[in-house]
Amino acid sequence: MNDLQFWNIGEKVSLREAFGRILVHEAKKRDDFVLFDADVAGGTGAKPFVQEFPERVMQFGIAEQNMMAAAGGFSDVGIIPVVSTFAVFGTMRAHEQFRTAIAYPNRNVKLCCSHSGVDVGPDGATAQMLEDLAIMRSIPSVTVVVPADANELMKIFPVILDKKGPVYMRIGRSPAPVIFSKNDKFEIGKATRVKEGKDATIIATGAMVARAIESAQILDKEGISVRVVNLSTIKPLDDKEILSAAKETGAIVTAEDHNVMGGMGSAVSQFIVENHPVSMKIIGVQDLFGKSGEPEELAEYFGLTGKHLCKAVEEILNRKGAK
Amino acid sequence: MDSIQQLKKLSNDIRIKSLLAIYNAKSGHPGGSLSVADILVFLYFGEMKVRSGEPDWIDRDRLVLSKGHACPALYAALVLKGYFPESDLNGLRKINHYLEGHPDVKIPGIDAPSGSLGMGLSQGLGMAMGARYTKRDFRTYVILGDGDMEEGSTWEAFMAAGHHKMDNLAAILDANKLQGENFVEKQMNYFPVIEKVSAFGWHTTEIDGHSFEQIRDALNEAKNTKEKPTFILAHTIKGKGVSFMENSKYWHGSVKMTDEELKRALEELEVKNE
Repeated sequence: MNDLQFWNIGEKVSLREAFGRILVHEAKKRDDFVLFDADVAGGTGAKPFVQEFPERVMQFGIAEQNMMAAAGGFSDVGIIPVVSTFAVFGTMRAHEQFRTAIAYPNRNVKLCCSHSGVDVGPDGATAQMLEDLAIMRSIPSVTVVVPADANELMKIFPVILDKKGPVYMRIGRSPAPVIFSKNDKFEIGKATRVKEGKDATIIATGAMVARAIESAQILDKEGISVRVVNLSTIKPLDDKEILSAAKETGAIVTAEDHNVMGGMGSAVSQFIVENHPVSMKIIGVQDLFGKSGEPEELAEYFGLTGKHLCKAVEEILNRKGAK
Repeated sequence: MDSIQQLKKLSNDIRIKSLLAIYNAKSGHPGGSLSVADILVFLYFGEMKVRSGEPDWIDRDRLVLSKGHACPALYAALVLKGYFPESDLNGLRKINHYLEGHPDVKIPGIDAPSGSLGMGLSQGLGMAMGARYTKRDFRTYVILGDGDMEEGSTWEAFMAAGHHKMDNLAAILDANKLQGENFVEKQMNYFPVIEKVSAFGWHTTEIDGHSFEQIRDALNEAKNTKEKPTFILAHTIKGKGVSFMENSKYWHGSVKMTDEELKRALEELEVKNE
């Protein structure tokens, strides 16, 4: 029955490949969703679905504003539009259509966008979406999810199909290490504790989760015990897990491949400030535009590597110790 | 279909109710509500399959009022169809009431949110594609305003609907030729429009938007046109039916009507009702 093939932990796999695989897998089981495409199925990873289910593809050409509002109208017949394009077009070009024609009437549309963060690589600043979490989480009624690896994406997709209402899923472009196994569970609004620790917590999302694990392993060797939390739902936040990170470790570093303005770190710090203030450091792109380069080079350039996370943890522990 | 005489009476009634609601709200858009009244009346009383007791009936014909600012006329039409009581119109734009200043799907009978121009045709296109995909035979009607024609995304929708040969979709342009601050011709002229829309693969036709016979014929033509969506250029008069509001940009909105202005407007409309 279940022919879905997950990847092995440690393999490097693009989340886009997982998106295509899970689309096809779910389409074989259920006929309640269609794909809305704007001439980028090859880029978003949806191509295998387009090849296998051409009658379930609504083609809009390169005109995302029309596609987005049309998805809102289409959903009224009870079929779920899975709208897929690059994040910069899906969340910015067509932002108002998403807000007014989908979120405001609480329509059942799933927006799944690839090409997020500097992880996009050589295409450079215009294609690297660094503001999507900020703008999508600020719309009422929208659920925002960010898979950390290919396996988690395949766990998330069926769950968001079953979640009534608007959902935004942020999908990375470049191959990323597989962290989760097929037995790991996903629940909307529930973070996963990837590693235990007591001195500080790194709360990471998307491509940064693997780097957070890497940095925690380095710090372990230095005798610093770091907890790592994968925050794959940016909205609604897992209040309970964030609160225990604050109470039990007393220091939090957030890590996202996104502008530090308004993204996941902002969401976590807002919660922390209101509920249990502790020292925090927000790692992300420091209010800059992206640029061309290989993803790993860009991570170095913008301060997003495991090494940078180690430094952030050490800094914050010094601050904590100085109190 | 109701007789032309009855339709005229309904239109006049919608105009009266719209103005009363805008007067009570102390803001709103009278000019565009008056220009679109006849189109709305024909759609609701001569054309569309809808069930007021079952607003979400899945096989109903859809209506998207893309020029959402004219919603007082739409709300009045829904009252006349029995979707909600007339007294609710007094709640238009009020804090403790559900009749929003622009259409909201929580209102019974409203199929799409609108008010932000340029999104109506796309939403209607999506509904038409949904009908085709699920093999339902409902039709979708979109009422566009002059302002919609200046928004780029409307043209994306024209392109896609023509490309996909959406013959279950009809767009009616309530062309009163006055936009928010000036005449279309002066502010941003989108004419000639028939040539443009037909170049996008639409069947097009041009009518007097205050003639029920012409509205009826155009909509019949739309139903009989295969493989193409239909665009109806309906020439209308902004403020139609109230002499001092006709063809005046002042009455676009958001206008606080004086007691005297309301009295004069209602006198003119009530005379026509007799």
